[in-house]
Amino acid sequence: MIPRPFAYHAPDSIGAAIALLSDFGDQAKLLAGGHSLLPMMKLRFAAPEHLIDLRRIKGIRGIDMQGDEISIGAMTTEREILASPLLAMHLPLLVETARQIADPQVRYKGTIGGDIAHGDPGNDHPAVMLALDARFVLVGPHGERVVPAADFFLGTYVTAIEPDEVMTQVRISKPAVGSGACYAKLKRKTGDFATAAAAVVLRMDRGICADIAIALTNVAPTAMRAEAAENALRGRPVEDAAIAEAGDLAMAACEPAADLRGDEAYKRAMAGQMVRRALRTALSRCTG
Amino acid sequence: MNEIARDPAADLGRLERLEGIGCARKRREDPRFIQGRGTYVDDIHLPGMLFGIMIRSPYAHARIKSIDTSRAKAHPGVHAVLTAEDLKPFKLHWMPTLAGDVQAVLADGKVSFQNQEVAFVVAEDRYIAADAAEMVEVEYEELPVVVDPFKAMLPDAPVIRDDLAGKDVGAHGARRHHNHIFNWQIGDRDRTDRAFDAAAVTVSQDMLYPRVHPCPLETCGCVASYDAVRGDLTVWITSQAPHVVRTVVGLLSSIPESKIRIISPDIGGGFGNKVGVYPGYVTAIAASIVLGRPVKWIESRNENLTTTAFARDYWMTGELAADTDGRIKALRVKVLADHGAFDACADPTKWPAGMFHVCTGSYDIANAHVSVDGVYTNKFPGGVSYRCSFRVTEAVYLIERMIDVLAQKLGIDKAEIRLRNFIPKDKFPYHSALGLDYDSGDYTPALQKVMKAVDYDALRAEQAAKRADPDCPTLMGIGITTFTEIVGAGPSKSCDILGIGMFDSCEIRVHPDGSAIARMGTISQGQGHQTTYAQIIATEAGIPASVIQVEEGDTSTAPYGLGTYGSRSTPVAGAAVARASHKIREKARKIAAHLLEVSPDDMEFDLDQFRVKGDPARAKSMKEIAWAAYNNVPEGMEMGLEAVDYYDPPNFTFPFGAYLAVVDVLKATGEIKVRRFYALDDCGTRINPMIIEGQIHGGLTEGFAVAFGQELPYDEQGNVLGGTLMDYFLPTAVETPHWETDFTVTPSPHHPIGAKGVAESPHVGSIPCFSNAVIDAFAHLGVTHTGMPHNAYRTWQQLLALNIAG
Repeated sequence: MIPRPFAYHAPDSIGAAIALLSDFGDQAKLLAGGHSLLPMMKLRFAAPEHLIDLRRIKGIRGIDMQGDEISIGAMTTEREILASPLLAMHLPLLVETARQIADPQVRYKGTIGGDIAHGDPGNDHPAVMLALDARFVLVGPHGERVVPAADFFLGTYVTAIEPDEVMTQVRISKPAVGSGACYAKLKRKTGDFATAAAAVVLRMDRGICADIAIALTNVAPTAMRAEAAENALRGRPVEDAAIAEAGDLAMAACEPAADLRGDEAYKRAMAGQMVRRALRTALSRCTG
Repeated sequence: MNEIARDPAADLGRLERLEGIGCARKRREDPRFIQGRGTYVDDIHLPGMLFGIMIRSPYAHARIKSIDTSRAKAHPGVHAVLTAEDLKPFKLHWMPTLAGDVQAVLADGKVSFQNQEVAFVVAEDRYIAADAAEMVEVEYEELPVVVDPFKAMLPDAPVIRDDLAGKDVGAHGARRHHNHIFNWQIGDRDRTDRAFDAAAVTVSQDMLYPRVHPCPLETCGCVASYDAVRGDLTVWITSQAPHVVRTVVGLLSSIPESKIRIISPDIGGGFGNKVGVYPGYVTAIAASIVLGRPVKWIESRNENLTTTAFARDYWMTGELAADTDGRIKALRVKVLADHGAFDACADPTKWPAGMFHVCTGSYDIANAHVSVDGVYTNKFPGGVSYRCSFRVTEAVYLIERMIDVLAQKLGIDKAEIRLRNFIPKDKFPYHSALGLDYDSGDYTPALQKVMKAVDYDALRAEQAAKRADPDCPTLMGIGITTFTEIVGAGPSKSCDILGIGMFDSCEIRVHPDGSAIARMGTISQGQGHQTTYAQIIATEAGIPASVIQVEEGDTSTAPYGLGTYGSRSTPVAGAAVARASHKIREKARKIAAHLLEVSPDDMEFDLDQFRVKGDPARAKSMKEIAWAAYNNVPEGMEMGLEAVDYYDPPNFTFPFGAYLAVVDVLKATGEIKVRRFYALDDCGTRINPMIIEGQIHGGLTEGFAVAFGQELPYDEQGNVLGGTLMDYFLPTAVETPHWETDFTVTPSPHHPIGAKGVAESPHVGSIPCFSNAVIDAFAHLGVTHTGMPHNAYRTWQQLLALNIAG
């Protein structure tokens, strides 16, 4: 549990961080909360020669709302998300998600940006970001670009971030009034990754599903949208049979890998169960 | 105990000041722990100290073709890289185990389990050591692996222990196969077989108690410091048995025990993991002797979970014979015990299956026979008692599961079948069919108290209603255990470790001001000895607990004792504490009589003083007596006021309990919620109710962890899976159910204060209770057993097999 030797950098600006990234290339790793990276380094699965700590950079931490757009600095911790009155009012799905991540010690250090940028399908934010159609602000030597969540997750530990880019902000449009959402996660214990989890954002219009997003955690190489399930629900009443069918369609779409949490059949079945659980709860939260 | 009847109301102030037996006194240990002022072994820093890291085998079974340490030795800051070749001149490359086997300290030509110790790097600090460890190049030639104990006993199974070639007799008798360790039998086989042949009803059930690990918060470790000038060796070690460690180190090193000092500082939990001697200790000591510098070795979590002392791995087949009313006539048990690659079980020497023969439980079973075979596999060694007396958890699991299987077969209620089979109160002391003498018990009122507290009939009615409703999203299960433990090892006539009887000890010195220091051969790892031992002395010698200092764990100051495991501290050392207190009291009586110029026979002990019979105003307090002990004693008496007692118990003690669990199994996911858990314990005399409550909460929580999540599975290549806390289940407050506790008091007739020990009952008793509850949820569907751990995945597979998942 001792990492290989590395150099530690703590730049005080995004520009300085990008300059370090440009200098060291793939020898460098960015350090946010560190709760994924540091264990991998201690196990010597990861051995970056340079660690660039983002903690001193101002302006990439905190939660704000302009119009209907909520912005969250990439270095905002899970604890800050949990404690945010703004999010509790306008985006309770994110609060519900953060509450199910790891344990209090990890939530004091772990950040939303780190959770997303790590590209781990077992992390909880990626599916929620997909369900919310979030956008990520990436800053590199040639300026800033905004990448939608749908284009971001390319493979396990592989994302659209270039080696010389830093994620600075997450942008989310406030869900429509009257919509309901839920993140349902099955885990073995506190601190565990999901056996399967589902994020649902649902808008109802006079008893009919007007809009729906369903995304899944840890049942495929990346977080994924369950589009067939969404299509089956859109334009229909969300009744027991439809909920059951959506679960079945989500099960058919996922490609889980067996581990000690369960075999493929169990994880697939649990993806279906979590979709159903999240759908029922989201529906109960809809006021439209 | 006490000579005169007391009037607690009149003496309340003095009683409260004593804080003696029965007082819910706060733990004296806690201020330093909750303020971060504990001293654990990794807090020991000595000038010039080096750090050692173990290099371990990635393979479960392989021949070592070569080890190249040259690069590592050349790495700046590295002081030594030890291999078996380096230890051979000192004859330290193998070591004896507590079970009469030998274990490789560093692999001698081959490895037989994954993560086996191969080389030991010693460097300036742990960072350099970790870097250098990567530079040691070991060339392996893989051998076929066997992880299944049944396959290990096949004729053509791979030979795990080349070093035992030709040895067809082991420490416990004949070996009938190259991977066989021992066969141990107890009971009357012929009578038992005849009882089965004649029985109206028989049941049989296979069950595995899976391989688990005690997983204390603090992993194992030591700091070894050899002073070449003085020729003495000091080892700080996180050990549950420091005196035994001293004897083992003496045997291994040829250093006389008088030159060896073992210090167990504060210990972050033991639960059986810290009884044995591990290769890391030997290599740290050897490195310190070779280098003349202190050497620290501390396990990582993964090393702890995969190399030092697992528990259980018992493959059991139980059979019961009964009449049609469910009255048990006989018990027959066969066990295949997977001991891993070396037999390093920590049992009393004569008992290769520990106290497994308590498996007739709380029931009056006239005939029983047990046969246990120990087997080598390519898995790490151990077989320790994880918060239980030796193999008692396995025994209790077997009988408490079997009686449920019998109840299901006969359609008898699971509480009723227990009531029909309990050993009646008037049969105590009870001689069991497997040769144990139960000291005391009163089982029926205990179970009835629990049934009344939870309204058992209403629970069964609710369960029946739920079973009748096919749309019910849950299955409801009710589990009962009425267990009897055997603790307090043990009488030296039957129990020893390496030839040393399993007594324990206490030494008390009363200072001139009436305060006292007491030292024992045990060592607290969370049990609260500093608090409870002082309470025994307070009541038995009249010295307030608040002025009694309790010290343990330093072999240079404490009297020899066998340590703390198997719930033996209170039954054995606690008795020594009481008896040493009585010796103090008897000397105090004579001094008081001398001071008051009366005959000692005319004095009577009264809480914290001696007074003249019939003239209570004439009295001398223990404080006054203590002062006089240093300046005014009767002619011919030695000065001072101190006593020592080595207590060899006449028998074990037999705590018991009645537990009931209610669980709801979610059909959708296999998740199980423990809705209710009611634990009634009878540990005899209760010394500190608050500490007992804490012990029971801790033990129930550990039992919950074992039943619902802990396991160390292996794949076919011998890779141990789940060796980190990501997979290995340690429950937090979030998962832990609410515990309800209760008690009855049935004192031990042979213990000086009637105490029996309690720490392990909740672990031993709760695990089968959880299993019984989970299986009861499926009982109406014909299920008689499902394996542990009852995690959601395994439970869902059971639901799927019954076609009721989702």
